[in-house]
Amino acid sequence: MNAPATTAVEALPTVKPDRLPLMLLPVLALVALPLIGSASTWVTLTFAGLAMGMIIFIIASGLTLVFGLMDVLNFGHGVFITLGAFMATSVLGLMTGWTTSTSLLLNLVAVLAAMLVAMSVAGGVGAVFERVIIRPVYGQPLKQILITMGGMIVGEELIKVVWGPQARPLLLPTAFQGSILLGDAAVEKYRLISVVLGLIVFAIMTWVLTHTKVGLLIRAGVHDREMVESLGYRIRRLFIGVFVVGSALAGLGGVMWGLYQQSVIPQLGSQVNVLLFIVIIIGGMGSVTGCFIGAMLVGLLANYTGFLVPKVALFSNILLMVIVLLWRPEGLYPVGKK
Amino acid sequence: MLNHLLSGDLPRSRVLAVVLVIILAGLLLTPFIFPGAKALNVAAKICYFIVLVASFDLLLGYTGIVSFAHTMFFGIGAYGIAIALTHMGPTWTGVAVGVAGALVISLALSLLIGLFSLRVKAMFYAMITLAVASAFMTMASQFSDITGGEDGLSFKVPELLTPGFSLREAPFLGVSLDGKLITFYLLIAVTVVLFLLMLRIVNSPFGRVLQAIRENEFRAEALGYRTVSYRTSSNVLSAMFATLAGALMALWMRYNGPDTSLSFEIMIDLLLMVVIGGMGTLYGAVVGAAIFIVAQNYLQELMKVASGAATNVPLLRDLVHPDRWLLWLGLLFILSVYKFPAGIVGKLRLGAWRKRTAQPGA
Repeated sequence: MNAPATTAVEALPTVKPDRLPLMLLPVLALVALPLIGSASTWVTLTFAGLAMGMIIFIIASGLTLVFGLMDVLNFGHGVFITLGAFMATSVLGLMTGWTTSTSLLLNLVAVLAAMLVAMSVAGGVGAVFERVIIRPVYGQPLKQILITMGGMIVGEELIKVVWGPQARPLLLPTAFQGSILLGDAAVEKYRLISVVLGLIVFAIMTWVLTHTKVGLLIRAGVHDREMVESLGYRIRRLFIGVFVVGSALAGLGGVMWGLYQQSVIPQLGSQVNVLLFIVIIIGGMGSVTGCFIGAMLVGLLANYTGFLVPKVALFSNILLMVIVLLWRPEGLYPVGKK
Repeated sequence: MLNHLLSGDLPRSRVLAVVLVIILAGLLLTPFIFPGAKALNVAAKICYFIVLVASFDLLLGYTGIVSFAHTMFFGIGAYGIAIALTHMGPTWTGVAVGVAGALVISLALSLLIGLFSLRVKAMFYAMITLAVASAFMTMASQFSDITGGEDGLSFKVPELLTPGFSLREAPFLGVSLDGKLITFYLLIAVTVVLFLLMLRIVNSPFGRVLQAIRENEFRAEALGYRTVSYRTSSNVLSAMFATLAGALMALWMRYNGPDTSLSFEIMIDLLLMVVIGGMGTLYGAVVGAAIFIVAQNYLQELMKVASGAATNVPLLRDLVHPDRWLLWLGLLFILSVYKFPAGIVGKLRLGAWRKRTAQPGA
C-alpha cells in the first residue's frame, strides 16, 4: 500500500499498523456461523449485513471526517440523506420508461443518473449549509449542536414542503430485482451491488487519503489542525471541500438506503442519525478506517441478532458500542488528537 | 416577601414581569374565561412543560450540557405513575409509590450516565445521551407486559382527581367544580412550587458554581471546584425535576405511551422552548413553554387562514400549510441561537438594563 521506502525513510521510526480491530469482522462472522447453523442462511445474512454496513459507511464517512478536521459534529447530517433519497424518487420517477425496461444498461443509466443528481444537489446544499448554518458558530460546541439540530428541523420541514409529508415509493429497476444463487444461498442482487459500490467508495477514499496531497493534508489536519495551518495551508478551504464531499456521499447513501427500503419518508435522516453516531463513536471520531469497520460491525450484528434473537437486535448497536468503548474508550482507531 | 419567594431573582424587566403575570393569570383563569376541554388541556400542558423546560434549562442553560436524554426521565416519571396506578388501582398510595419509584430509577440512571460520560466533551455527551434515549424508547415499546408497548397504558386516578367527582352540585360562575378542575389547580400549585424550588437552586451558591462551569470550566476547576461532581449533580437534579414533570403529565392525561412522553419530537420541542424562551434564565422556560404550546395549538389555525388566502400561489401555499408550523418555529430557533442566544427573556432584560443605565448618564 505504501510507496517503496527509501533508506532515509527506513531510518525513521515507524508505527506498527494496528490490525486488531480488522480481525473483529471475520471473528464476528465465524462466531455467528455455528449459532445460525445453516450455511446458506449465514451467507444470506452476511451479505445483508455487509450491504447495510456499506450504505451506513458511505453516509457516515463524511460525518467522521468533518468532525475530525474541525471538531464540527453535524447533527443535521441526516438532512442530506433524506434529500438524496427524495431526489432519487424524482429522477427515477421521470425515467420510469428506463427503470421498468428489462435492459440492464438502461436501468444502470437511470440509477447512475439518480445518484449523480442526488450527490450534486446534496453537495450543493451542503455548501450552503456550511456557509449559513455552521460557519458562524465555529468553536462553540454548544451552539453548534443546537444550530445543526435547528438545521435538521428546518431541512426536514422544507423537504416536506417540496415532496409532501407522505412516504414515497422508490422501486428498484427491473434488472436489479430478485436474487441470485450462491450455492444454496439466495443473495439479493441489490445487496451485492451495494457491497461492490461501498467497496469502490472505500477504495477511492482510502486512495485519496493516502496517495494524494489533499489526502495528506486532510489526515494531517485531523491529527493536528494548528500545525497544518502554521505551515501555511488554508485548512478552512479544505474543510469546506470535505464538508461538501461528505454531504454528497450522504446523498448517495440516501439513494442507496431508499432503494434498499423501497420507500422514502421525510423522517429518514433523523432516524438514521443515532445509528451514524454509534458508528463514528465505535470507529473513533475522525477515523475513516474505524468508521468502515464500525459500520460493517453494526450491519452484520444487526442482521445476525435479527435472525437469532429479534428482541436483542433493537439494542445490538448500543450493546456493541458499550463493549467497544470498554475495550478502547476512544473508539477502535483513536485519531490521537492532542 | 416576593423577593424572598423568587430567591432574589426578580424579572428585572417591566415587560417581562407583565408577561409573567399575564401567563400566570391566564393559567389560573383558564377554566373561567376559555370554556371547553381544549383550552384546559393546553393550559395544563403549559404547566407540566414549564417544569420540564425549566429542568432542561438547569442542565443546558445553567450548566452548559447538551443532553438528548431528557425526555427519557420525563418518560420514567410518566411510566412510574402509569405502571403503579395500573397495578395498585387508583389510590394515593399508588401515586406515591409511582413517583418514588420513578425518582429512584431516574436518580440511578442519571448518576450512571453522568459518571460514565460527563468527563468527556460536550459533543460526546450529546451523542451518548441520544443513543441511550433511543434505546430506552425501544425498550419501553418492546416490554409490552409492563409498559403496554406502543399502545401505552390507560389507567384510573384517585377518585378526587376524576371528572366524576363533584365538590358541589351547583356550578360556580358557570364552571362545574369537578375532579378535573381540582386536578388542574393542583397541577398549577405543584408547578409553581417546583418552579420556585428550581429558582432557589440556580440562585444558590451551588447554582453560581454551575454557571461558572458553563462560562469557563477550566477556571472553575482551577478555583478548586470539583467540576465533574457539580456537573453530575446538575444532571441528577434536572433528571429528578423532569421525572416529576412526567408524573404530573401522567396524572393529568390518565394515559401514558411512548409517543406522549418519550418520542424524539418532544425532545426537539423542548430544545425549541428553552432556546426561544431564553437559555440560562428560568423565566425563559415559562415564556418559551407558553409561547410554543400556544403556537403548537393555535398557530395552525392562523396558518389555515393564511394558506386559504394563498391557495393560488403554489410555493407560498405549501410554506404556510398548517402542518408546516414547525418550519417557522425552527427558523425562529436558528435565529434565536444566532441573534439573541439569551432568548426572549434575555433580550427583554438587556433592554431594561440599557434603559436603566442610560437614564442617569443622560
